[in-house]
Amino acid sequence: MSAYEPMANPAPRAWRRLWRKPGAVLGGALVAAFTALALFAPVVAPYPPMEMDFRAVQQPPSLAHPFGTDDLGRDVFSRVAYGARISLQVGLIAVGIAAVIGTAMGLIAALAGGWLDGVIMRSVDVMLAFPGILLALAVVAVLGPGLANMMIAVGVSAIPVYARTVRGTTLSVMELDYVVAARSLGAGHVRVALQYVLPNVSAPIIVLATIGIATSILSAAGLSYLGLGAQPPTPEWGSMLSDARAYLRTGWWMAVFPGLAIMIVVMAFNLLGDGLRDVLDPRTR
Amino acid sequence: MIPFLLRRLVAAIPVLFGVSLLAFSMTHLTPGDPVKIMLGERATAEDVARLRLELGLDRPLPVQYLSFVSRALRGDLGTSLRSGQPVAREIGDRIGATATLTLAAMGIAILVGVLLGTLAAIQRSSAVDALIMMIALVGISMPTFWSGLLLILLFSLTLGWFPITDGGWSGLVLPAVTLGLPAAAVLARLTRSALQEVLNQDFVRTAHSKGVAATAVVARHALRNALIPVVTIIGLQFGNLMAGSVIVESVFARAGIGRFAVNAIMARDLPQVQGIVLFAGVIYVVINALVDVVYAAIDPRISVR
Repeated sequence: MSAYEPMANPAPRAWRRLWRKPGAVLGGALVAAFTALALFAPVVAPYPPMEMDFRAVQQPPSLAHPFGTDDLGRDVFSRVAYGARISLQVGLIAVGIAAVIGTAMGLIAALAGGWLDGVIMRSVDVMLAFPGILLALAVVAVLGPGLANMMIAVGVSAIPVYARTVRGTTLSVMELDYVVAARSLGAGHVRVALQYVLPNVSAPIIVLATIGIATSILSAAGLSYLGLGAQPPTPEWGSMLSDARAYLRTGWWMAVFPGLAIMIVVMAFNLLGDGLRDVLDPRTR
Repeated sequence: MIPFLLRRLVAAIPVLFGVSLLAFSMTHLTPGDPVKIMLGERATAEDVARLRLELGLDRPLPVQYLSFVSRALRGDLGTSLRSGQPVAREIGDRIGATATLTLAAMGIAILVGVLLGTLAAIQRSSAVDALIMMIALVGISMPTFWSGLLLILLFSLTLGWFPITDGGWSGLVLPAVTLGLPAAAVLARLTRSALQEVLNQDFVRTAHSKGVAATAVVARHALRNALIPVVTIIGLQFGNLMAGSVIVESVFARAGIGRFAVNAIMARDLPQVQGIVLFAGVIYVVINALVDVVYAAIDPRISVR
């Protein structure tokens, strides 16, 4: 039996299987909590994230300031809460860019074949010649530093994974009997792509996108840490850590809490992604 | 072996061509006039015209590209706008620091990752296994710019064991651990799953039933087979470590290529950025080709002919 045999409706079964995985459930719960924190930051945060208070500079954690205050007297907890908004935004936008462009490239390469396939996949190879954050750095170098450019940079650098996966899956779907039959009955490229290929590639894309959000948040915070992403006074986790570096001796809390937030969110998306891969991706079943 | 090596290197040429094209086009993809960006807002029209002529930006694009590549092949990556130094020499001055950091991190990652992964695979589904896998998950999810700060906080500021910034070999420990941690986590996961798979195979059971001691089975029979995929990932991780050095060098204020790259981007020094992009891309492509060759050498199932 082919790995891409369609099922009647796999969704409810996949949900049930996902529920039985403690790691995935924990990841999902943390993702939900993170999303809620991002959405309700104005309600949750006790202070405006950029409000400075020079009578309360570098206060250690207390009831009034659960995560302490920074070098300008800003409430670290409020800034972490608002930082969730930026991270969520970055994760979704970057993955959105990567998934849409990458999927389109993979589909076109597989369906068109020939020289177009060659050109698309060779450019993917070139993009893969820059590991990790380097491609994002190159894009920032061209566009210039800043929050919006950083999102584009992180998104663009994640395109290759989607393009490769979608191309590979598409090629194997095209071999399936019912797709061959549909094509011989005259179904065109667009019809084949929308009706037969996309439903089959959606599972790997969902898995890649979930783990991709974790990677994007990590890269984006890294770029901001380097001063190439979000600019002060934006309450962004990476740039908060960059500020904290100068005050390690006198204000450890400035360095601890934003980093903890990044780690928990990244771990949450990784756990959820691993669980989804187990239940959705037929190759690992 | 040699023909395989040659073939693999030839296969890398189109990618190298693409990398050079990408580095070259960075000047032209920049929104706005690159010369004005390089010179800043207050540049006079004369200065702009002079630099444009100097950089050869007035010539047709194919001519510019060919001269870019032919100069790069001769080791000339242009001249930095900020320092007036040849970019190739500036990169050369910093290779040592980055290579030392990357190799030290790789060593830590291999040692810790393979050890923990093996331990987890042998003690499958035990508390030890669960603990190691949890550590690996934390290691993968922890940003290096955070773990680096935490290590400085604990080992430099509180315990006073290591210097915070550049200080010879003792100054290398914390950056190398910081950079190696995520790679160690990846290798631990991979070693565990690869070893578990091998431990389930017939020849391992045969060895067990022959009465070979359990440690010898793992060390002599299983690990050797399990390490084949691990070697590939080690090669790929090398690139990730190179990329990761950008952040770790900034955290620990080490004068390597990564920190140089960040400063070049901040200052919008395009010749420097182009040079670094070209250099990093070429190095990574070459390393990947070498990894494939090593992989073929250790795995008899891959035909080298």
